[in-house]
Amino acid sequence: MRSFKGYPRPDGKVGARNHVVVLPTVSCANGVAGAIARQVEGVVPLYHGHGCGRGGRDLELHFRALAGLLANPNVAAALLVGLGCEVMKARFLADTAEAGGKPVEHFEIQEAGGSRRAAQKGAAIARSLLETASACERVEASPQDLLLGLKCGGSDSLSGVTANPLVGEVADRVVAAGGTTVLTESTEMIGTSHILERRASDPEVAARVKEMIEAADRRTHEIMGPMASLVIAPGNLEGGMSSIQEKSLGCIAKAGTSPVMQVVDYAETPAAGGLVLMDGPGYDTESMTGLAAAGVQVMMFTTGRGNPIGYPVVPVIKIASNTPLFRTMEDDMDVDAEAALDGASLTGAGDALEELLLRVLEGEQTKAELNGQDGIICLYSTHSSF
Amino acid sequence: MEQDVIIINEADNVAVARRDIPAGEEVALPTGGSLTAAADIPRGHKVALVAIADGGRVIKYGECIGVAGADIGPGDWVHTHNIEAADKP
Repeated sequence: MRSFKGYPRPDGKVGARNHVVVLPTVSCANGVAGAIARQVEGVVPLYHGHGCGRGGRDLELHFRALAGLLANPNVAAALLVGLGCEVMKARFLADTAEAGGKPVEHFEIQEAGGSRRAAQKGAAIARSLLETASACERVEASPQDLLLGLKCGGSDSLSGVTANPLVGEVADRVVAAGGTTVLTESTEMIGTSHILERRASDPEVAARVKEMIEAADRRTHEIMGPMASLVIAPGNLEGGMSSIQEKSLGCIAKAGTSPVMQVVDYAETPAAGGLVLMDGPGYDTESMTGLAAAGVQVMMFTTGRGNPIGYPVVPVIKIASNTPLFRTMEDDMDVDAEAALDGASLTGAGDALEELLLRVLEGEQTKAELNGQDGIICLYSTHSSF
Repeated sequence: MEQDVIIINEADNVAVARRDIPAGEEVALPTGGSLTAAADIPRGHKVALVAIADGGRVIKYGECIGVAGADIGPGDWVHTHNIEAADKP
């Protein structure tokens, strides 16, 4: 895998994009963040529905996810807009983000004197951050700087046969070149624990793999009761999946055959290179936040039924498992995996996807980016709010 | 050239149909040779590449996805009617 040009960050990471973000620290500040984004072209608002009314584990998860988004190397600079009375204080998030050396500004709406003044103040700060960020230029970066997120959603019977093995081929190349790949959605790993444990780099990692997948199985049963067996759903059965192992093997095929080097919690930044498993839900928008917060610069997202979503600060490469979908939703799909594999070996098809990955890293817009598929950010929670 | 079936891993004893294959039709295998469908194989479903005896392991992705609940012949449709969950995969 060749080197690529990316934006150097003060913490040594390398970005594929150079975004300036406006992050409301609580959902009550979404309106002001939106007003700032409407006034200042080029800043990216990160709308979400959290920041208060939570405690314990959820507060930890949400703080880590939002701090992780700010630390994502695709983010050049950030403006945090707090309300003032929320739990998730802007200055705490700002302190964490500043530790990475990025330009970070923050203020609170209650202190600024209401929405209009806050928006005006925020717009001025955002303009100045944009100017600072525009001075950053791409430099030569190594595949070792690359973190690739692996994701599937709206899968069909060919997802695990065409698109996922194709992504797995490229994921293995990223790992071979010294980069990191992150596979999440622990619910989609149920039934394959023995296989992933076998692939663990040492017994401690194997134990964590087992623990994570058992917990995912327990959670699924707690939430769904007798319906938990429908993790292999009627649609899966109709599509030809005969067992939970078969379905999950199709899912983990996105991670190729590399050894599992580390297991991390939701939204946690991996310490090791190589293939990393992240605990987290299968729900697409929440699991994508987990990946973005871990610091992936790009995601590969396979789909069989056709899911158009992207992510605000991370380019998402959409890979259709079948040609009819690619033709129907061509505006949303970057790759037709079924056609790519026609008459080509996995190696040949992998060459083309690897090249696309490098082009996207260097600035080529994905379909999701072109379509502005960057809606609200969803954060994984374990309890309801109070 | 379009393939009729995909074999994901060389250790697999089943292949995946790329299109609906009617019973009796001969399909070319990507590894060379051919196979006659013993039943209708819907797109995305599995067809046995070789005989799998009752109780034998069904291998896809190079891994066991279940055990045969009946004798499966080459060209047979392989699904929940003739696969059982493997206790010790």
